[in-house]
Amino acid sequence: MLYAILCYNPEDVVGSWSKEEDDAVMERLAVVQDKLREQGRLGPVARLLPTTAATTLRKGREDPIIIDGPFAETKEQLLGFYVIDCASLDEAIDTARDLARANPGTGSYEIRPVAIFRPGSNFS
Amino acid sequence: MSDTAWIDAALTAARPQAVGALLRYFRNLDTAEEAFQEACLRALKNWPKNGPPRDPTAWLIFVARNSAIDGVRRQAKQQPLPPEEHLSDLEDAETAIAEKIDGSDYRDDILRLLFICCHPDLPATQQIPLALRIVSGLSVRQIARAFLISESAMEQRITRAKSRIGAGEVPFEAPDAIERAERLAAVAAMVYLIFNEGYSAGSGESQARLPLCEEAIRLARLLLRIFPTEPEIMGLTALLLLQNARAGARFDADGSVILLENQDRGLWNRKMINEGLALLDKAMRHRRAGPYQIQAAIAALHARAVHAADTDWAEIDLLYTALERLTPSPVITLNRAVAVEKVRGPAEALALIEPLEDRLSGYFHFFGVKGGLLMKIGRTREAREAFNRAIALANTAAEAAHIRMHLDGLARD
Repeated sequence: MLYAILCYNPEDVVGSWSKEEDDAVMERLAVVQDKLREQGRLGPVARLLPTTAATTLRKGREDPIIIDGPFAETKEQLLGFYVIDCASLDEAIDTARDLARANPGTGSYEIRPVAIFRPGSNFS
Repeated sequence: MSDTAWIDAALTAARPQAVGALLRYFRNLDTAEEAFQEACLRALKNWPKNGPPRDPTAWLIFVARNSAIDGVRRQAKQQPLPPEEHLSDLEDAETAIAEKIDGSDYRDDILRLLFICCHPDLPATQQIPLALRIVSGLSVRQIARAFLISESAMEQRITRAKSRIGAGEVPFEAPDAIERAERLAAVAAMVYLIFNEGYSAGSGESQARLPLCEEAIRLARLLLRIFPTEPEIMGLTALLLLQNARAGARFDADGSVILLENQDRGLWNRKMINEGLALLDKAMRHRRAGPYQIQAAIAALHARAVHAADTDWAEIDLLYTALERLTPSPVITLNRAVAVEKVRGPAEALALIEPLEDRLSGYFHFFGVKGGLLMKIGRTREAREAFNRAIALANTAAEAAHIRMHLDGLARD
């Protein structure tokens, strides 16, 4: 089963990391990703720009409204995601646990089974 | 990242909102800062043991407030402080506190904190250190290093600035829409100053001053988070990102300046460029052009050109013309002359800048550009004269060295 692991983190904290701290976290996450890749379980991985760079299209009327950013006053924002092939929910939780160990602090990982997956073009 | 590194990042991120809220509460900057400091110390003791709180900022504000109030009471009654566990144990109360901190206040709290730093009585040389100290929480030593002066001189400068603010009126009432817009404009200008302070440094100094650019970007992002629909704040953030993206390509190994057209574009930071371009795209949708957006659009044209020869100079000329209309200034006209030269030749560019000489007689770049144009037209003697004046006005050794290179070229001809 494919699982999406959605990474929610406090954007202001992640944005306060120095370049060295950011690099160190990315390096540790790369170790987790390498392991998954070797096992043939790693699908697409994305790190998103801050929500300040985001635009939202709100549906529900004939001409949808375009607004700046997600406006949610939440403490944590969706900052990235993985698609991972897992034999069970337990395995998906283990993977999220590995990611959490590589990137400590507050935040959460939402583990969502994937209903439809189309890999699309192979971007570099 | 270790526990302490994560806590440091969380404290830095929480600082503007927490100190801003404490300032509103205590109406005294020193009390607010001391209370926040105290809360940070407690966080360093408490968080590794109990894990980070769900809302670190709310935790810090609550603990800071309690400890400051207890401090006042203790002084009044000469009583000992309640036990540590009692002060910092917020397990149950935490959610309630997060809700009690009024969501609508925090935007004005942060803005006020930044705004008092750009008090009109304070010269830029004091505004910037003050903002870095109070809002960003850089240490006096870090700031002194960035300004290339001694720690004690910087300490003095900050103290002087603080006492000047203390004497004046700090605006504590919530601003109305017009006032808020005015505050935002003043604060945006200060953030841009902080960036330029770091960006205009020579290569030898640039390592020490780099934190100023990064801090300015952090502050711009903070402003954008609290004003997510302001196109000019998107423009400002985009501008800083697009300029800073070139930082790694601006100097050669000897520390000499590398002009934009000669820079190795492979060294430009693509991630920063992409974020800058995304923000600019968003800003343009609002169709409310402003100086930061236009400057960002100019920087974006450079960023989008794969090779220097691909640069759309005609569009840059148009953008500078629009900028001149919004904010007339001889420096902007001088910048436009560079684009005019590419599109319509050096003679026309020279005609554009000659009337500016009176107003820019003390400006290094004016004589650098003028010398370059004269050189291209073949008026060697006048070019040499202009270059010599530029060298006399150079702000950094690298600037002077760059002009000397042109002079050497002329001597050979």
